[in-house]
Amino acid sequence: MAIEAEAHNHWSPLLGRLWLDAIPQEPIVLATFVVVMLGGAALVAGLTYFKLWGYLWKEWFTSVDHKKIGIMYMILGLVMFLRGFADAIMMRAQQAMAFNGNDGYLNAHHYDQVFTAHGVIMIFFVAMPFVTGLMNYIVPLQIGARDVSFPFLNNFSFWMTTAGAVLTMMSLFVGEFAQTGWLAYPPLSNLAYSPWVGVDYYIWSLQIAGVGTLLSGVNLVCTIVKMRAPGMTMMRMPVFTWTSLCTNILIVAAFPVLTAVMTMLTVDRYLGFNFFSNDFGGSPMMYVNLIWIWGHPEVYILILPLFGVFSEVVSTFSGKRLFGYSSMVYATLVITILSYLVWLHHFFTMGSGASVNSFFGITTMVISIPTGAKLFNWLFTMYRGRIRYELPMMWTVAFMLTFTVGGMTGVLLAVPPADFVLHNSLFLIAHFHNVIIGGVLFGIFAAINFWWPKAFGFKLNQFWGKVSFWLWVPGFWFAFMPLYILGLMGVTRRMRVFDDPSIQIWFVIAAFGAVMIAGGIGAMLVQFAVSIWKREELKDETGDPWNGRTLEWSTSSPPPEYNFAFTPLVHDLDAWDDMKRCGVQRPTSGFRPIHMPSGTGTGLILAGLSTSLGFAMIWYIWWLAAVSFAGIIGYAIFHTFNYKRDYHIPVETVEATEAERTRQLAAAGA
Amino acid sequence: MTANTAPTHTLDQAQLQAAFYDLNEHDHPEGGSTMLGFWVYLMSDCLIFAMLFAAYGVLGGSLAAGPGPKDLFELPLVALNTAMLLFSSITYGFAMLAMEKNNKGATQAWLLVTAVFGACFLGIELYEFSNLIHEGATPMRSGFLTAFFSLVGTHGLHVTFGLIWLFTLVVQVGKKGLIPANKRRLMCLSLFWHFLDVIWIGVFTFVYLMGML
Repeated sequence: MAIEAEAHNHWSPLLGRLWLDAIPQEPIVLATFVVVMLGGAALVAGLTYFKLWGYLWKEWFTSVDHKKIGIMYMILGLVMFLRGFADAIMMRAQQAMAFNGNDGYLNAHHYDQVFTAHGVIMIFFVAMPFVTGLMNYIVPLQIGARDVSFPFLNNFSFWMTTAGAVLTMMSLFVGEFAQTGWLAYPPLSNLAYSPWVGVDYYIWSLQIAGVGTLLSGVNLVCTIVKMRAPGMTMMRMPVFTWTSLCTNILIVAAFPVLTAVMTMLTVDRYLGFNFFSNDFGGSPMMYVNLIWIWGHPEVYILILPLFGVFSEVVSTFSGKRLFGYSSMVYATLVITILSYLVWLHHFFTMGSGASVNSFFGITTMVISIPTGAKLFNWLFTMYRGRIRYELPMMWTVAFMLTFTVGGMTGVLLAVPPADFVLHNSLFLIAHFHNVIIGGVLFGIFAAINFWWPKAFGFKLNQFWGKVSFWLWVPGFWFAFMPLYILGLMGVTRRMRVFDDPSIQIWFVIAAFGAVMIAGGIGAMLVQFAVSIWKREELKDETGDPWNGRTLEWSTSSPPPEYNFAFTPLVHDLDAWDDMKRCGVQRPTSGFRPIHMPSGTGTGLILAGLSTSLGFAMIWYIWWLAAVSFAGIIGYAIFHTFNYKRDYHIPVETVEATEAERTRQLAAAGA
Repeated sequence: MTANTAPTHTLDQAQLQAAFYDLNEHDHPEGGSTMLGFWVYLMSDCLIFAMLFAAYGVLGGSLAAGPGPKDLFELPLVALNTAMLLFSSITYGFAMLAMEKNNKGATQAWLLVTAVFGACFLGIELYEFSNLIHEGATPMRSGFLTAFFSLVGTHGLHVTFGLIWLFTLVVQVGKKGLIPANKRRLMCLSLFWHFLDVIWIGVFTFVYLMGML
């Protein structure tokens, strides 16, 4: 097609490579562009009309409150989820129709961007913000802290993640995104084969978002190590906090690898270095090794916090202490360590030889042991429990059934000879969607239904939640089981058109599943809307709607800015359950002023400058890159001259807030 | 309070509240997590260097028919450079000793001496790089030179940021004195500066010395 052959040779000092040919010509993209612009304009107009900018800036954008930052992460994840799912359903539609000489409706240039963007967005800008948002919101509450260790860094991390998402979204309308697949293997991602801006958008989005992720990892590790309430020893930490600790250790130990490898790709592309080139002694396979040394821990970064969520949900809705708490902790630790010893299973076909492949095959299979132990722990927790099938518990059961199948196909793929047959086939696609959707996404849905009342003070509507559940779960099975079959038959991933008409039926079934999932997503949005609409009916004044076990349920819903008027003292696992059993009532007098960190706009400003730096580097606008970089350094230094970063919440405010809580509790009859 | 003294129902509410809530809490001192946080960050930075060392290990022999370590490295120059960086670490140590004695002027003076050594290190490194580039041994020439320039250059960039940070702190100590916040910052920079020294020992050993064997 003409679009693919088009050369983008324009360069000017003022605008770099940016020229009118950066606006995509494809009608689908143009229509999306118009819709997004209209939607954006309506949003801006609405915010201006209702005079909400000041409120948003003061109460949200510059807030260092871990709860607000957590909610902002969740919103970012949700918005990007809709974008990532739009990509998914486009691919399903394309593959279902592109048979018998039909070319489908997406040309190769566009289709390749769609599958790349889908992977990048779903991992970096959906799963990561969701997981980080959950940890941000819940961990400080669970450990009885008033905020994280570094509240300003927390705000900065959020905005850096958002900056990466903004750059990725920009690529849809200004230029192009990478056409390389979500990990951008060289030599395809080298300048010679990807000469225009797609891979550069990829690099700078991930690089900027990666800074945010790394700093948020450092932050949460310190928070969990240093800020637990007195008496909460390591082995009295809630399991979600444990899995969060391991996840953040993984983040700190894995994301620098991504930073390094992205930088290497950058200097290859921008300066003609030879890390991954085909000639002059570079090694493309080194890239594949390095990126998976980050990439494999990354999948555990995503799933571990959700293992924590399932643990909390199962024990709460079974009305029992979690079965095998310590084995759960040790299983998490073992997974954390093993996650570094399996990366080569992503490319057994590289040809490292039987010994190396056997080693990585065996380490991969070994991971299923601690994971299996966890599943049995959840099952034994349910055994003889008083199970309440509320929405979080339904998602948990769906996870247990779905994830187990994904785990088993994973063990199958871990067998190197089997992998030689299945490598890069749709079997692999089915496998990792099976664990990521069945594990991460179902876990996030469980978590949203579980902690929503904590964050907003009212429960989510159950009817629409169930509609969503019953569309999502069978939808998932319809969408991905056909891919297992197709993969076994030898169909490879990332195909745009097919020759063999006999396999079309499987793609049609998969597309049907995707439509069901679309319905599930729609029902979930309706669920949010209906719940917000009827929030008075769904109101929870107790702060503890599920008869919870951990400290976050001891606060009001939503918790006050300072979380705890008095820091709780912990004597046992499931500290709140312990307090309820001992019959302790919360103190209603003797309050003190509370020392809190102040908000700052620095995080947003630095992330804004980083976006501008990334954009300038992508388009070779060197003057803007230099100005933005100088701005980042200058503003960061300027920020360090501000020594006044905290304030006290006056005792009157604390008293008033706590009196309101007393009134609420009395109204709830607790 | 320990686990085996968990309160029972016989306690009255006041006792229970005292057992389960910290009723006499005082403000926590600021920056209690800073040293741990900075240490964790340094370890993550260390991983970036680990990747660069690994890349050097993989590509170090890929000369692409270009010059190799023996053709390019001048050990006396590198020895001088190493000495500069090691001296800068010692003088940073003196700055910290002065800080412990709350001697503001001496702290600033030793910091500036450290900066001079650090700047000498950078100057010599840039001189070495420009020599190599003039000889045609550019990073684009081979996998080996790509990995070499990236590893040594990343270390040099870190030293550059360290210097910017150091000057910032000299000004901040001048303005605010040796207040706890500034002491904490000086401690962080100290960790950073010595960390770069340790990395350089690795570079010196694995790149320069072993390259000349």
